[in-house]
Amino acid sequence: MALYSEKVMDHFRNPRNVGKLDHPDGVGEVGNAKCGDIMRIYLQVDPDTQVITDVKFNTFGCGSAIATSSMATEMIKGKTLSQALELSNKAVVEALDGLPAHKIHCSVLAEEAVRAAVRDYCDRRGIAYGDELRCAGHCDTCGHC
Amino acid sequence: MIVYADNAATTAVSEAALAAMLPCLGEIYGNPSSLHTPGQRAAELLEEARGGFARHLGARPREIYFTSGGSESDNQALRSAAALGARKGKRHIVSTAFEHHAVLHTLEALEKEGFSVTLLDIPPDGVVTAEQVRAALRPETCLVSVMFANNEIGTIQPIADIGAVCREAGVLFHTDAVQAAGHLPIDVEAMHIDLLSLSAHKFHGPKGAGMLYARQGVALQPLIYGGAQERGRRAGTENLAAIRGAAAAFQEACRSMAEEAAALTALRDRLIAGLTAIPHTVLNGDPRRRLPGNVNVCIEGIEGESLLLMLDDAGIAASSGSACTSGSLDPSHVLLALGRPHEVAHGSLRLSLSRYNRPEEVDHILETVPRVVSYLRSISPVWDELERGARPHLI
Repeated sequence: MALYSEKVMDHFRNPRNVGKLDHPDGVGEVGNAKCGDIMRIYLQVDPDTQVITDVKFNTFGCGSAIATSSMATEMIKGKTLSQALELSNKAVVEALDGLPAHKIHCSVLAEEAVRAAVRDYCDRRGIAYGDELRCAGHCDTCGHC
Repeated sequence: MIVYADNAATTAVSEAALAAMLPCLGEIYGNPSSLHTPGQRAAELLEEARGGFARHLGARPREIYFTSGGSESDNQALRSAAALGARKGKRHIVSTAFEHHAVLHTLEALEKEGFSVTLLDIPPDGVVTAEQVRAALRPETCLVSVMFANNEIGTIQPIADIGAVCREAGVLFHTDAVQAAGHLPIDVEAMHIDLLSLSAHKFHGPKGAGMLYARQGVALQPLIYGGAQERGRRAGTENLAAIRGAAAAFQEACRSMAEEAAALTALRDRLIAGLTAIPHTVLNGDPRRRLPGNVNVCIEGIEGESLLLMLDDAGIAASSGSACTSGSLDPSHVLLALGRPHEVAHGSLRLSLSRYNRPEEVDHILETVPRVVSYLRSISPVWDELERGARPHLI
């Protein structure tokens, strides 16, 4: 299908890191079933190095929602939490060789899902954080949230 | 195996339609408005096509106007009836919430021009009633527009009954028959239809060819001004090849209608039985009062676009009413009008069959869809919550 790049279709057809973690250190869920997309990201974190040792995702959504989840999890795997927080939706879009304009929303959701998972990790461990970890509300573009 | 199951979107051009078109793209190139022999040859073919449509609709040739397609026909029908109403000070229109956008958006434009519009609610079976129409009529109602069969869920509306209500009340009645023409019997006289739209590419004719029936005495208002083509109601040199293709396709479809409907209904009902056996999957619209080739289900816990992409990979061309496939943020207005919640409407699948679909293709669909659904559910956080009881099942 010409709607999506080959990269997007590859990550849609063969999503990386799909699944769940039985004992995650952090879980982030963003989106709304009413809007048609929900992403949930599970993190396993090494408490000493703060490195993300494993990451999994579950996504309800369109082809690009699944592909951006796959790519975002690939991009934060093996990175430290602070490096993961630097992941921008733009970087995800670029890594996928672009997304149609009306699908950029999906990449924003992926960025927010990573942030939500890191925030959950901090909450569980009682680690203080600033505004940068709070929901920026960027996924709230559909009016249903 | 490639299975084309999106015939409500468009159909393959039939051999008969193509054969009728080819001469008009070759040796028959005259302009039907010209006085000379090549022009008059083209004019004869044009009138032959008009006569064919009239015959199969129970109309007279002078009541048939060729257009560019269903959307143009709908626009012109509504605008013409509105203009006739306005002349008598009648500015109220009755229609339904699940019309095609060619009707709904024209009505929105008319609202901005001072008309008031009542959109009838859609009952859960997807069939509006003549009583609903009767109850919505006002002294100032100038037009009722109800589609013959819905394009997404395929439900067939009681057109003859609605026509009778309108005729009795002296209100013009338009029906968008784009999905029905060539698939269901239509008789404009018996059904009291004043205006009817159809589109050739939904019954194996070419794209870019449509027709508007306007009962004699219902003056059409042009959308396109210019020459005197189509009795001065639709200017522009006629697309003779497309019109001939449309007429040939329509004749073929009308002649084989009963036989095709029986074969398609059997395939449709097998699909409905097989797909609704998937847990938490429901049929949209009445199981019987629906187009012979239409299947539309909502499947809980998954989203329609990813389903379509995976089916496409398996060689199956289908469609969905999810927001991601509608190009807007909301899922199908038809499914919402039917009362499906947003989260359920996102997981819809429409399969629409034609005479070219084979029983083994239905087998392929029935093997593939449950497999794809269970994969997508396995990676869906919504399905996970439904299964854990953290979210209530809606269907």
